[in-house]
Amino acid sequence: MSFRQAYWDEPLLMEKRSAPEVPIDVSELVPPKLRRVGLAIPNLAEFDVVRHFTRLSQMNFGIDTGFYPLGSCTMKFNPKFTEELAALPTVARIHPDQDEATVQGALRLLYELQGILAKIAGMDAVTLQPAAGAQGEYTGLLIASAYHRDRGETRNQVILPDTAHGTNFASAGMLGYDIVEIPSKDGRVDLKALGSAAGDKTLAFMLTNPNTLGIFEEHVLEIADVVHAAGGLLYYDGANFNAILGRTSPGKMNFDIVHFNLHKTFTTPHGGGGPGAGPVGVKKALEPFLPVPLVSLNGRGYHLDYDRPKSIGKVRAWYGNFALLVRAYAYILRMGGDGLREVSDRAVLNANYVRHRLQGVLDVPFGSLRKHEFVASAASLATKGIRTVDLAKRLMDFGYHPPTVYFPHLVEEAMMIEPTETETKETLDAFVEALTKIVGEDPDVLRSAPHNTAVRRVDEVRAAREPILSARMAKAAKPAPS
Amino acid sequence: MPSDEVEMLRAIGLQSVDDLFADIPAAVRIPKLDLPDGLPEDVVVARVTSMLAANKTVVDMPTFLGGGSFDHFVPASVRAITARSEFYTSYTPYQPEISQGLLQALWEYQSLMCELTGMDAANTSIQGGKVFLIPRALRHHRRAVLANYLVGTGVKVREVDYDRATGMLDLGKLHEALGSDVCGVYVENPNFFGRFEEQLQEIRDATKAIFVVGVNPIAQAIVRPPGDFGADIVIGEGQPLGTPMNFGGPLLGIFACRQEHIRKMPGRVIGLTRDANGHRAFCMTLQTREQHIRREKAMSNICTNESLLAVAAATYLSVLGSNGLRRVAADNIRRARGLAASIDKISGFTAPIFRGAHFNEFVVRHKKGYPAVHRALLEKGVHGGLPLGRQLPELRDSALFATTGRHTLEAVARLLAELEAFR
Ligand SMILES: Cc1ncc(COP(=O)(O)O)c(C=O)c1O
Repeated sequence: MSFRQAYWDEPLLMEKRSAPEVPIDVSELVPPKLRRVGLAIPNLAEFDVVRHFTRLSQMNFGIDTGFYPLGSCTMKFNPKFTEELAALPTVARIHPDQDEATVQGALRLLYELQGILAKIAGMDAVTLQPAAGAQGEYTGLLIASAYHRDRGETRNQVILPDTAHGTNFASAGMLGYDIVEIPSKDGRVDLKALGSAAGDKTLAFMLTNPNTLGIFEEHVLEIADVVHAAGGLLYYDGANFNAILGRTSPGKMNFDIVHFNLHKTFTTPHGGGGPGAGPVGVKKALEPFLPVPLVSLNGRGYHLDYDRPKSIGKVRAWYGNFALLVRAYAYILRMGGDGLREVSDRAVLNANYVRHRLQGVLDVPFGSLRKHEFVASAASLATKGIRTVDLAKRLMDFGYHPPTVYFPHLVEEAMMIEPTETETKETLDAFVEALTKIVGEDPDVLRSAPHNTAVRRVDEVRAAREPILSARMAKAAKPAPS
Repeated sequence: MPSDEVEMLRAIGLQSVDDLFADIPAAVRIPKLDLPDGLPEDVVVARVTSMLAANKTVVDMPTFLGGGSFDHFVPASVRAITARSEFYTSYTPYQPEISQGLLQALWEYQSLMCELTGMDAANTSIQGGKVFLIPRALRHHRRAVLANYLVGTGVKVREVDYDRATGMLDLGKLHEALGSDVCGVYVENPNFFGRFEEQLQEIRDATKAIFVVGVNPIAQAIVRPPGDFGADIVIGEGQPLGTPMNFGGPLLGIFACRQEHIRKMPGRVIGLTRDANGHRAFCMTLQTREQHIRREKAMSNICTNESLLAVAAATYLSVLGSNGLRRVAADNIRRARGLAASIDKISGFTAPIFRGAHFNEFVVRHKKGYPAVHRALLEKGVHGGLPLGRQLPELRDSALFATTGRHTLEAVARLLAELEAFR
């Protein structure tokens, strides 16, 4: 497939010719000490603004543009009807401090979503408050810590496998916990290493299953036993939920806490990086510690329950990213229990098919069967002077968003491929053929790729060495970049 | 022709989809999800629409709530841009060559935030010596979230009370609270009561600690930016810039700072650079601060953020321009002032209870207490302001009222009529 991305030599907003400023007298309105002089936001015609951002959008690649197998991110089709629902005035134009009696529809949706997510995860209670997966992790760890404290124990050690996502480390690190990283064995948790790490300081062990290599941790019940025997809690990073819908659940695997990434499994759009939503589910014993409020149902209707004395409090304003929660709820109704199971069936089939077809093109370490994603390695291409980054850049020339690269760290020259369920065999075949072709190409073509995108390879080192993060800094920097 | 599924299974050498899950031990398998079967799109749309119809929107019911979420008018162009699927179906621009459009839009957003706040650098959004001073009059959930985010830092907060006459920070109390243990001071302008904080210079001069100012980005159009007063960091809620209230989420965390702090700034940051041909280009930068590189030593755990709201804010500000934004800000002040004056004329009510200049919110008191007023308004289909008693007991008799350009004359008239009728 050939591809050519649009390129507009589009000026910066601040470089566009502005209409004259219309002075306005605020002397009656703002105290003298606070009166502003000058505001350098250009005054442009509305049609020109729309054209500016439309051109920018044409220099951007989304799922609707093409295949986006960005591992660990579950870039599946975002249905359009959920966009329409989220734009309803009954979503957009209700204020979060409104009296409960005036927002019964919203509260009912939240209440039902709490229940549905609990069922899917095999948990007993769910908070919808966290804004993304990482905030879910932070919330989950706060809950775990409150639980231990309530039992008169101080535990401050979080165990993580070396395949864990960076946010797991960062969430535990921000909370000031000690982190014990355990090495993997054959791409799975090493039970022995876990056994020697777990002890009376263990707050929690965080794991995603299938793990970030796409491998199902078959010994998950033994893992749970080891962690629980030490008095610790087992935390499920829900980033990989797309692999297990209707096949198993974190609850069934004896996890105690789980976060969901609704922007992954439940396909609320990724928005160029967000917003997302990261609800957290817990088993009964941890329910008292969930953030306030939870939505409950009593004789008078749906109700925001703040009367939860053991709650950890709040992790963000109000009740979570409501407009995203509406989308996820509608998606779940549309799919149903049967449809969600088919989601995982096809996601896993697609991943295994691509993995199978790529054998011989790239290395795929650690045995055969995978779940919804797999990690390949370009290490053997090093002799030709080709690195994963070159493959990734060259893939763009064929109209593909590259997979996740250089994660997990365990695999050298890693390329993490997650096709998702919303791709046809035709697309997957074309992708495999493109990658096969690329591997055989002149290394110089790869190293100088991409050639067909809006711009050529971007100098990221320069950006970090002399950071220019705003028009102000650009003005101050000399010489001005062209 | 066999289906995709059959062909793919055959290629892998498997009999059925179940074989793909053979690695899941029987002990943890579930037969299916305990949920009803899926429904056609039209049925789902009808069902969800009808469920949500139980909500009373601010159109159905004149509503005078603010407190961090505001119902400003959003030009349709903003949604037309954020609804472009090249933007909303993309993710974090890890691969800059194929994501220049979003990167430029986010860099422009950063530039606009720097202009509004008087800072050098901003991030594309987020979600904090040993003691941080914060105002006692602070939206309760801000305080609660702060407490949870300070857990790992060992930093404690100490509250500084407000001046009972002006509603601004009590400078005497600030001096008492300042000690060698204080690493930072946070104030808001306008503050929780909608009152402009006129003492930014005095507060800056009182301490060498990190000075953090919370702002309303729309007010910034006509108010001197915190950067002019020596603030180190400016934060704010960006929802008023082109995002609807959405029952409180998503929200846009504005974060901007002076150049000397950029390597400690949390969140995603876009930088200006060049491509291999020397063309201007953008990419994410300073990534060594971030979790995917620095892991537990990262400046934050942020991965997914609020990018699309940043695009909305950039579009909103571009559509309005400095002229339009100033007009909105000035109009908000005039409306709030007019509304307060009308309420103040009604027997039993005082508004605003604090002397001096306000933005688009103000505190209303009723001599017999506010909660009964609130209930009476609700019965008549009008939603009053935020009752303050739960958070600040001395303001049990008061509520925080807000207005924006979206309040029609009729909505205001209905509020005033019901307040008049209150006995
Ligand atoms: C395995 C894993 N865990 C956690 C996260 C963090 O989730 P979020 O980006 O929603 O904060 C991610 C995100 O990509 C992930 O892939």
